[in-house]
Amino acid sequence: MENAVKISVKNLNLYYGDLQALKEVNIEISENSVTALIGPSGCGKSTFLKTLNRMNDLIPNTKITGEVLLDGNDIYAGDCDVIELRKNIGMVFQKPNPFPMSVFDNVAYGPRVHGERNKRALQETVERSLKAAALWDEVKDRLSKPALGLSGGQQQRLCIARVLAVQPEVVLMDEPTSSLDPISTGKIEDLMDELKKKYTIIIVTHNMQQAARISERTAFFLLGDLIEEGDTIDIFKTPRDKRTEDYITGRFG
Amino acid sequence: MSLRAHYEEELREMREHLLAMASLVERHLELAIQAMIKQDEGIASIVVKDDDKLDDMKVAMENSCISLIATQQPLASDLRNIFTANEIATDLERMGDYAVDIAEIAIRLKDEKYIKELDKIPRMAKIALTMVHGCIDAYVRSDAELAAKVCKTDDEVDDLTGELFAELYSMGGRETRDIFQMIQFLFVAKYIERIGDHATNIGEWVVFNVTGKLIDLND
Repeated sequence: MENAVKISVKNLNLYYGDLQALKEVNIEISENSVTALIGPSGCGKSTFLKTLNRMNDLIPNTKITGEVLLDGNDIYAGDCDVIELRKNIGMVFQKPNPFPMSVFDNVAYGPRVHGERNKRALQETVERSLKAAALWDEVKDRLSKPALGLSGGQQQRLCIARVLAVQPEVVLMDEPTSSLDPISTGKIEDLMDELKKKYTIIIVTHNMQQAARISERTAFFLLGDLIEEGDTIDIFKTPRDKRTEDYITGRFG
Repeated sequence: MSLRAHYEEELREMREHLLAMASLVERHLELAIQAMIKQDEGIASIVVKDDDKLDDMKVAMENSCISLIATQQPLASDLRNIFTANEIATDLERMGDYAVDIAEIAIRLKDEKYIKELDKIPRMAKIALTMVHGCIDAYVRSDAELAAKVCKTDDEVDDLTGELFAELYSMGGRETRDIFQMIQFLFVAKYIERIGDHATNIGEWVVFNVTGKLIDLND
C-alpha cells in the first residue's frame, strides 16, 4: 500500500539575495518513509531541507516563492505557527550539538520549553526518547552527567532523542553520520529504519551507499534543480538522467 | 591518473577479458562441430585440452568483479556492467563445457561410419553460433534491440532438435551400435540447443545492461 503524502512541495523557489538556490522544486514526500537528498556540495539540498521547517527564515535576504504543504497546510501561510511547525518537524545536524548541560536536561529541554513542568512526565519522556534513540541502555546510569562527555555517536543519538522528546511527525537530518565512525553510523542507520515506522524522515547524505541502504526514495539535486526523484533502487540501478548517473558513479569533476 | 580514471581502466580491462573469453568459446564451439563433421580426433582434442583456459578465465572474471564491487561500490551503469560481465562469463563457461561434451562424442564416434549424413546438426550449430556471435556483438555495441532480435532465432534450434529426434525415431529397429550412435547425435543436438539457451541468456543480460530491466527473451 502506498503511504499517504506527508509533505508536498510545489514550484518552490528560494533566493539568497540575487542568488537563486532552489529552482521550481516539486516533490511529494510520503509519510513513514525515508527520503534521501543527494547531490554535490552547494546544490541546494541542505537549503531545501531547511525550507521544510522554515529554518531559512533565520537567514537574512532570503526570498521564497511556491508552496510547502505539511498535511495539506501551507507552512509559509501567514497564520502558520513557526514554533509549532519546528516542534512537528525536528532537525538533526551534521555535527552533534548537545547543549552544555546534563544528558537528562538535553532531552527534557524541548518539553520544558513547551511548558511541561511535571517531573514524572519529564522523566517518562526522557526515558521514552532515549529508548527510541537506542541510547537508554548506555546512559541510564549517567543521566545527570554532562552530555558533552558522551562519544560522538552517543551525542548524535542524544540529539535525535532531543528531537523525539517533543514528539515530532517529521525528522530532518542533515548529514547526521558524516562525523561518525562506521559503528556509530550503523547504529544511527538502524535507528532511522526503526524511526520511520512512526516518523517521516528526510536525510541529506553524501554517502551513496547510505542513501541506498536506508531510503525508500532518493532525490538528486544539482545547482538548485531537482534533477531526478524516484524509488531509491531505480535511482541507483538505472537513473533516468545522465547527470544523476554521472554524479552517483563519480564521473563529475 | 584520477581514481575514477583508474576505475574506468579496470572496467575496460574487465570488458576486454570478457571479449577474449567469448572469442575463445566461439572458437571451441566451431572446432567441436568441425570435429563432429570431420570425425577428427585431433581437432576434438584441442577443445578438450584447452577448456581449462576457459575455466581459469571464468575464475579471473569472478575475482575481478568481486574486487570491483568491494573496492568501488559500483552504482548505476557501473553496477550493471559488472554484474552483466560476470553473468555473461558464467554462460560462456557453460557453453565451453558443452563444446567439450560435443568434442568427446566426436572422439567416441571417430572410427564409425555415420548411419546418416549429418545435416541438421551442422545447421543447428550454425544458428547457435550466429546467436552467440550476435549477442556478443550486441554486448559490445550496448544494443538491446539487436540482442532481442538475435535471440528470436533460438526457436529454429529448438525446432531442428525436434525434427532430428523424429527423424532418428522413424529410422526404426536397428543394431545396438546404431542406436548408440543415434543417442550420441541426440545428445549433440541437445547440447547445441542448450548453447542456444545460454546465448539467449547473454542477450537478456545485454538488455539488462542497457535498460536495467530483467526480461525473458524465450517467450
